[in-house]
Amino acid sequence: MAATNILKIENLSFERNDALLFEPVSFELNSGEALHIEGANGAGKTTLFQLLIKLLEPCTGDVYFRGQHLSQCHFEYLSDILFIGHQSAVKAALTVEENLSWMSPDGTSTEKITAALQFVGLEHYASIPCYRLSAGQHRRVALARLMTTSATLWYLDEPFAALDKQGVGFIENCMQQHLDQGGCIVFSSHQDLVKIAARSYRLNPLREVV
Amino acid sequence: MHNYLSAGFIAYLTRDLLLGVRNKTDLVKPLIFFLLVSALVPLSIAPEAERLAQLAPGMIWIFAVLATLLSVERLFSDDLQDGSLEQMLMSPNLLIMPILGKITAHWVMIGLPLTLLSPVLGVWFSLPTVAVTPMMLSLAIGTAVLCLIGAVGAALTLPRQGGVLLALLVMPLYMPVLIFGSATIQSAVDGLDWTAPLVILVALLAIAIALCPLAINAGLRLAKNG
Amino acid sequence: MNLNMQWTWFHRLGSPRWFYQKTQRWLPWLSLLTLSLLITGIVWGLAFAPEDAKQGNSFRIIYVHVPASVVALAGYYIMAIAGAVGLIWRIKLSYMLMRSAAPIGAALTFIALVTGAIWGKPTWGAYWVWDARITSMLILLFLYLGVMALRHAYSSHEAADKASAILGLVGMVNVPIIYKSVDWWQTLHQPATIKFTGAPSMHPDMFLPLVVMIVGFYAFYAVTLMLFTRAEILRREYRASWVKQLVSEKLVEK
Repeated sequence: MAATNILKIENLSFERNDALLFEPVSFELNSGEALHIEGANGAGKTTLFQLLIKLLEPCTGDVYFRGQHLSQCHFEYLSDILFIGHQSAVKAALTVEENLSWMSPDGTSTEKITAALQFVGLEHYASIPCYRLSAGQHRRVALARLMTTSATLWYLDEPFAALDKQGVGFIENCMQQHLDQGGCIVFSSHQDLVKIAARSYRLNPLREVV
Repeated sequence: MHNYLSAGFIAYLTRDLLLGVRNKTDLVKPLIFFLLVSALVPLSIAPEAERLAQLAPGMIWIFAVLATLLSVERLFSDDLQDGSLEQMLMSPNLLIMPILGKITAHWVMIGLPLTLLSPVLGVWFSLPTVAVTPMMLSLAIGTAVLCLIGAVGAALTLPRQGGVLLALLVMPLYMPVLIFGSATIQSAVDGLDWTAPLVILVALLAIAIALCPLAINAGLRLAKNG
Repeated sequence: MNLNMQWTWFHRLGSPRWFYQKTQRWLPWLSLLTLSLLITGIVWGLAFAPEDAKQGNSFRIIYVHVPASVVALAGYYIMAIAGAVGLIWRIKLSYMLMRSAAPIGAALTFIALVTGAIWGKPTWGAYWVWDARITSMLILLFLYLGVMALRHAYSSHEAADKASAILGLVGMVNVPIIYKSVDWWQTLHQPATIKFTGAPSMHPDMFLPLVVMIVGFYAFYAVTLMLFTRAEILRREYRASWVKQLVSEKLVEK
């Protein structure tokens, strides 16, 4: 199977207070591939993710999605990506099930949601409000989205933070499955992954010390 | 396409209403504030019915402005903190609909209860009964404008949720609403035609619905860069 | 972005360095013009213009009050338009102009309010009346202060620039609405005696020095805006090689 190019980044850079944060970023990602963004704390990993999900406007650089320049396929791109950041986007007042079904695409069946909760080991917590869960369980609720989403391109910023070993195992399985199905993952992590074969990309900070 | 447009609106409207119902204390606070400051007026001025009735239109509107100002600060800040703002901004659809959905939910939880409570203030301040309907209409429409303008300020001050900064940004923009809102009640008290100022309030609402979401959208996108 | 590349003049106009060097040449001439206009206007207005039939000599404060108000209001639009240009074409210089325009406009609004109050005492018997224009000026002052305060909510000045520009635009839409509603409110509550006659009905001997003063204030505004913007350029571009060179040249001179 010939790998199709999903994402191509050329010279992406970002300025804050008139100073570049990191060396311009370029990489390519084909279907079925995972890319591990490495970099010390403060290197700009989170900023890079925010550039990739179009939360920030880059200073220079081009993004191509499935061979098309992003300005030509904005809607298609945003409908086909999933982002899970540092903050879980889990509403404390809603129950686990409500949170998951709110975050899943419209028309996701209840069976699928139950299955996703089962996968991350939260099936007995479905109707419990999230403020009663631990930080790691919060994280699991957020990551259960990986099971219900239909997006091809996943952006995961520190997905394993706060998870226990079992949780990491679940998520790694899930990521592997996605890659096998031809999906793409860009992620950052300070933990070494056991299962997933990923290329790494080193983000070099340029921040001046003032 | 039509479905996409309305979906964002209804999804955010129902979610925020549900969140509001779950955190009832947050809902009740501005209303208690509204009633409490109103109770201070007779104490600080005079419990004479005539003087109170004279001050009532202005007072009711000032308290409504303060109560909405107090509550609008949190419109986006919870979403920023738990990360759901990022998810909202990533939406491929027009962001205007989720924004309007959130503001509508906010109005239902703040503006509408204020409107429904206002007859109590009318009784406290000996407002003539002819003025009650205009008062409620002006509050219902006016608080919607206040929510929209307040949301612009809330979006722009997100990185530093300063209550005073928000007040400084938003209060000057509230002036027209305050003027025409209290004028509606005043006209009714004076036995004049109160529909004219009310219609201007409706016009302000139309302008605010058209323009505020654009400014809010632009402002929210800066929050992450703060 | 690619489109703008063709507009080389437009880009040059947006270059802080170009602005800094051009204004270096313009400033002496413009300052001279400002000074002569202001001196002519003040001397003409205070010493030679005829006394007002009703207000006597106290009316002469309009030679400061009216120009300050006019330029303060125009300054808000200049600021908001500079912000809009920055948002649309992403020109840094335009944001710098916007940032510099805010304190100048606020100061002029303040002058207009204070001179208005001083003028009000002998004319209406009170320092403050809730006249439509005065109230609008007060709100304008708050709008300026809001734009200035909002900067400090952001740690990145790119975001601060955009936020101020958005607020400026929101204010620009609102200024006429606020003015009209305050005007309407005032006719509802105030007797008509406070309304003063418009400028065109003034005697030409009184009116001409006023025109000179207004032009002088605009020139003064331009000079201060240039000075503020130049300082802003140096503050932001301190990493640029031309600024470093400039600084080393200055040090050698000393």
